[in-house]
Amino acid sequence: MAQTVLKVENLHKSYGKVQVIKGINFEVKKGETKVIIGPSGSGKSTLLRCINQLDRIDKGQVWLEDLEITKSHIDINQIRASIGFVFQSFNLFTHLNALDNVRIGLMRVKRIKEEDATKIAIEELKRVGLGGKIHNYPAQLSGGQQQRVSIARALAMSPKLILFDEPTSALDPELIGEVLEVMINLAKEGVTMIVVTHEMGFARSVANDIIFIDYGTILEEGPPGEIFKKPKHKRTAKFLSKITQLEGEKAK
Amino acid sequence: MGSLISIELALAFLGLGFIVGIPLAVGEVYGNKFVKNLAVLPVVEFFRSIPALVLLFLFYFGASSLNLNFSPFMAALLAMGFRSAAYQSQIFRGAIKSIDTGQMQAARSIGMSKFKAIRYIILPQALRISIPSWSNEYACVLKDTSLVYALGITELMRQGRYIVARTFGNAILVYIICALIYFVIVHLGVKLLDFLEEKYKIPGYEIKKITTRA
Repeated sequence: MAQTVLKVENLHKSYGKVQVIKGINFEVKKGETKVIIGPSGSGKSTLLRCINQLDRIDKGQVWLEDLEITKSHIDINQIRASIGFVFQSFNLFTHLNALDNVRIGLMRVKRIKEEDATKIAIEELKRVGLGGKIHNYPAQLSGGQQQRVSIARALAMSPKLILFDEPTSALDPELIGEVLEVMINLAKEGVTMIVVTHEMGFARSVANDIIFIDYGTILEEGPPGEIFKKPKHKRTAKFLSKITQLEGEKAK
Repeated sequence: MGSLISIELALAFLGLGFIVGIPLAVGEVYGNKFVKNLAVLPVVEFFRSIPALVLLFLFYFGASSLNLNFSPFMAALLAMGFRSAAYQSQIFRGAIKSIDTGQMQAARSIGMSKFKAIRYIILPQALRISIPSWSNEYACVLKDTSLVYALGITELMRQGRYIVARTFGNAILVYIICALIYFVIVHLGVKLLDFLEEKYKIPGYEIKKITTRA
């Protein structure tokens, strides 16, 4: 049995009076790729942001390996340094080139010497296929390249897991492929990932496990074969048929 | 001589204004209610709402009646330096607020504390954005150094007055020369700031020049 990297228990989150997450439980094992799908506004992104506490949670616990990170005395900065986060809108630091974007966390958070940080950063940029673009600034890169730099930025910190918040939703269709390819390779290399996405092809072929979220609760969870072939809930079936219909139309 | 003193005064005012203006701006944007309402806003509003000459008199003659005997230079530095801090803080605040919130989130997501995020991610971007408005502030402060004449500091204006008094009647000529000297100093400084703006611009981030040639 693989080691549990992340455990979420009874997580609740409200914005004002609106309950966005209503008691979510799940676990992620080492090396696993967990894909979260569901309609817009169902709480998928909020869930990710609650895991590394970019949003404060109202109730519930989150464990990273054996450590409960929702306790109040925990140094959340140290925890965040070991949880990668890839944003929908990339959020690369605009005033830094690709190399500095990747190594700034190593130097300023992990306090690694510049020389060593540079080596690691170049290595990670090569890993996402951007070894030739290390001196480019974000505004000089395409959306797909920017997202790959942001994946390298997450990888450089050698995180225990990486959270992907709709990493391809802001991209032009022809740029989605290069980002998915990087993610597929990471999955193969055994990087632990939680991916919120609408890319059903990716979900089907890469996910070890799929979670379907609607109205802030997990409606269904299981391997892609099960979810796609015989979903237990009508809502899951409806959502999947709508999405696949859309993809079908795109293909025409 | 007088023009050198004017430049020195301006640098001192701007320097103090910068050192105090940055924390004021950061406090106004990121501070809690307590910091914002009890520390930042009173300072900013006080120094922005009172005319410079009144501030100078308050810090020099006013303070001395409270047995705080500032030298003319010290009084001028406090009055004009904090006044500039109030204005600079608003320049920086605007710049900080114009930065996408995703920058802060990304910085926090790799484990930076709020302080580190501000120091390494937010301020380097905000300061670049601030340069054009800051060059305005520079021009204002430099020209306003002429006001400290009222405290008896021998800067450019007072020197001009002395020369007029000694040579009887060359007023128009002397003041035209004063005006020219101010003009040249301000102009050179603005040019220097333009140069810095160009030097530190973020590649690819500037508004692309429209090229419509066939």
